[in-house]
Amino acid sequence: MSDLFQDYSEAAGRSGAYDEMFAPGQQARESYGQVAVALRELSLADVSARADSMARTFLDRGVTFDFAGEERPFPLDIVPRVIPAEEWSVLERGVAQRVRALEAFLNDVYDKMTVVSDGVIPRQLVTTSAHFHRQVHGFEPAGGVRVHISGIDVVRDAEGTFRVLEDNVRVPSGVSYVLENRRAMAKGLPEAFGQQLIRPVEEYPRRLLSALRKTAPSGVDDPTVVVLTPGVFNSAYFEHTLLAGLMGVELVEGRDLICRGNRVYMRTTAGEQRVDVIYKRIDDEFLDPLQFRADSMLGCPGLVNAARAGGVTIANAVGNGVADDKLVYSYVPDLIRYYLSEEPLIANVDTFRLEEKEAREHVLDRLDELVVKPVDGSGGKGLVIGPDASKDELDALRKRIIADPRGWIAQPVLQLSTVPTLSGDKFGPRHVDLRPFAVNDGEDVWVLPGGLTRVALKEGSLIVNSSQGGGSKDTWVLADSPQMPVEVIPRPAIAVRERVSVWPVESNWRDSQKEQQQQQISDAQEVPANA
Amino acid sequence: MLSRIAESLFWIGRYVERADGTARILDVHLERLNHLPMAEQRSVAQELLAVMGARAQNDDFGLPELLNALAYDKQSATSIAGSLGAARENARRARETVSSGLWESLNTTYYGLNQHRKDVVGTYRFCNWVLERTAMVSGLADTTVSHDESWLFLVLGRSLERADMTARMLSTRDVLSAGMSWVNMLRCAGAYESFLRTRRAAFGDQHAAEFLLLDRLFPRSIVYALRDADECLAKLDPSAQRVGFINDARRIVGQARTFLEFHRTDDLMSELPEHMERVQKAVSQASDAISRKYFNQADELAWVGEVS
Repeated sequence: MSDLFQDYSEAAGRSGAYDEMFAPGQQARESYGQVAVALRELSLADVSARADSMARTFLDRGVTFDFAGEERPFPLDIVPRVIPAEEWSVLERGVAQRVRALEAFLNDVYDKMTVVSDGVIPRQLVTTSAHFHRQVHGFEPAGGVRVHISGIDVVRDAEGTFRVLEDNVRVPSGVSYVLENRRAMAKGLPEAFGQQLIRPVEEYPRRLLSALRKTAPSGVDDPTVVVLTPGVFNSAYFEHTLLAGLMGVELVEGRDLICRGNRVYMRTTAGEQRVDVIYKRIDDEFLDPLQFRADSMLGCPGLVNAARAGGVTIANAVGNGVADDKLVYSYVPDLIRYYLSEEPLIANVDTFRLEEKEAREHVLDRLDELVVKPVDGSGGKGLVIGPDASKDELDALRKRIIADPRGWIAQPVLQLSTVPTLSGDKFGPRHVDLRPFAVNDGEDVWVLPGGLTRVALKEGSLIVNSSQGGGSKDTWVLADSPQMPVEVIPRPAIAVRERVSVWPVESNWRDSQKEQQQQQISDAQEVPANA
Repeated sequence: MLSRIAESLFWIGRYVERADGTARILDVHLERLNHLPMAEQRSVAQELLAVMGARAQNDDFGLPELLNALAYDKQSATSIAGSLGAARENARRARETVSSGLWESLNTTYYGLNQHRKDVVGTYRFCNWVLERTAMVSGLADTTVSHDESWLFLVLGRSLERADMTARMLSTRDVLSAGMSWVNMLRCAGAYESFLRTRRAAFGDQHAAEFLLLDRLFPRSIVYALRDADECLAKLDPSAQRVGFINDARRIVGQARTFLEFHRTDDLMSELPEHMERVQKAVSQASDAISRKYFNQADELAWVGEVS
């Protein structure tokens, strides 16, 4: 290893986490073989030049997220994260299993609630969830799917076992960075790709579009799909434009839509055009001022009624938030057993439900050792990491928990796994998580190979959110065997079509003759001048 | 205007467009090429070179040699550096006619050719830089040169070369048969987003080829480029005839375009190589015909040469 890895093992020892690239003793694991070889060849100057170039490309291409009204590039680290085929196959099946269970749960919750009457989950827990929307109770959405797109966050604990950290089945974002990261890495660190088979990610937009079209209201032959964005100030606006662009569909804002007779239309230069499927990228609360916040300027009045009448498919369905409530999360293993009669393939992180008296007392005694999270938060908002918090913060937290035990959960501090990350002038271990994306078309749940790996760029930090100094890594899933049937079609020999009439690269004969004469003339003229 | 100047302008148009097209093709295909096993990488590199109209000297020809041959070799008219050098050389000979903006942008480009790392990573940046420079050159040509005869020759050269380069982009499909070849084809031409917007859910080789070959509104499609060339030729020689064309170039370009435009597209994929052959032949014939009609000095000078 070059000097870039000089202090790596020492730093890795300090954190005590599972390192994905190196086994103890600084031995690169097998899956990272190619990457290790490529990195070994690089000098510091080379690495920094590539990192700079990648950052500039991102800025040039506008791969940014909006933070406090400012466009910022999402830092991409130069070391990819590699997931071997056998580990991925478990993850893939585990994520799909979870999505199927949550889909069944949502269908049940907005219908008969057998899950409650069978005693799996308390009714009160469901109905007190901030995202349980009675407005969408009692109908099956057109197309029959509720969780079209999901992002299930997973992490690896100190033993290297994958565990689910949270479910995102409302508006999971980040897939645009997966697509852009792969393109940037292919140009930034081409050596590391080497001869290994890395599963491609570029088919995501096509998969998404075909799933959205498939779940259109019945009776529509050629469904029109649109992406509904809150607008240019949203933090994920770049992603909305990228997905709409790559699917070749319109990116609409609420003011572009009209509902009439339980159908949705968009205003175009050619008059009103019917919209069949809306890929909704705004929060439920803002979607429909008739049903939710009356002051919302972002949505379009009448959408929920149109969805109820089956005139439009909204993806993801309204009201999904009840399934990614963090308290419901703690029941998901039970939900998998209940709906699918399967054992969960990926375990949860141990979670204390603070409504239970014993658990609450236990947690309040050791607040300084635990992570406490609000149940409906996302983006790391409101999360308190016990060991890092000051006494005042913990006291404030204690009061809030006692005031609203339903609003919080507690988990042990997980030492997330680490991957080498460029920091200043060397590589150091940094904690990562992973968000695989799944697309559900009603028949099949397809999981994008890889997903978004977020990395905390500060040493020792466990917070990977982009709004709090996180970056990302390209995530490579290795194919176990040449899974693509490598077609050996005998290719027709390619005829060399030589270029014709090339003038005047080999400066043509007229020029060469003239050149001599011109020089003679200038020589002749110069002689008298000098004389 | 002087034939000699007209010829220079015609070739400025062609060379700049050639550099642009080559940079696009290289940029996209390098990504794929990099992931291939060594042996396959070699054969693909050689085939790609063949598509671009040159022949590998020996069997050792691999990725580094391909980079040199298509990007950095100043002696070869196939490479980006060679094309841009030649464009600048032509502009130097017509310096009093072209605008100073156009000349300076070509000259700056020429001196910038050496300021890049010549490995794979550097080549990506190089290609991007070339695209920026060529866009700037075309932009300056369009906005700082009066749209008279001289500009028409420049645009004529550009349109013909564009048709030729798009044909080569389509031919690269044969080179990498595995994977998403149509996406690459479209990316080469910068047509990916435009294509997606027009075709909605209809993907695939057939549609992509149709788009690059026949679309009437996408400026890099072959039909569009040939129509541009046709319009330039018509403006250069406005003498209207009741019947037929005296101008060979117009006949050749017009025939090629209408053949494509009115062709049935049911079996496009299997006919594609033949179409490409036709287009490239038409471009070189048209270029010859234009030389004969407008620049034509070579024949007459031959005996002047003997006398002197």
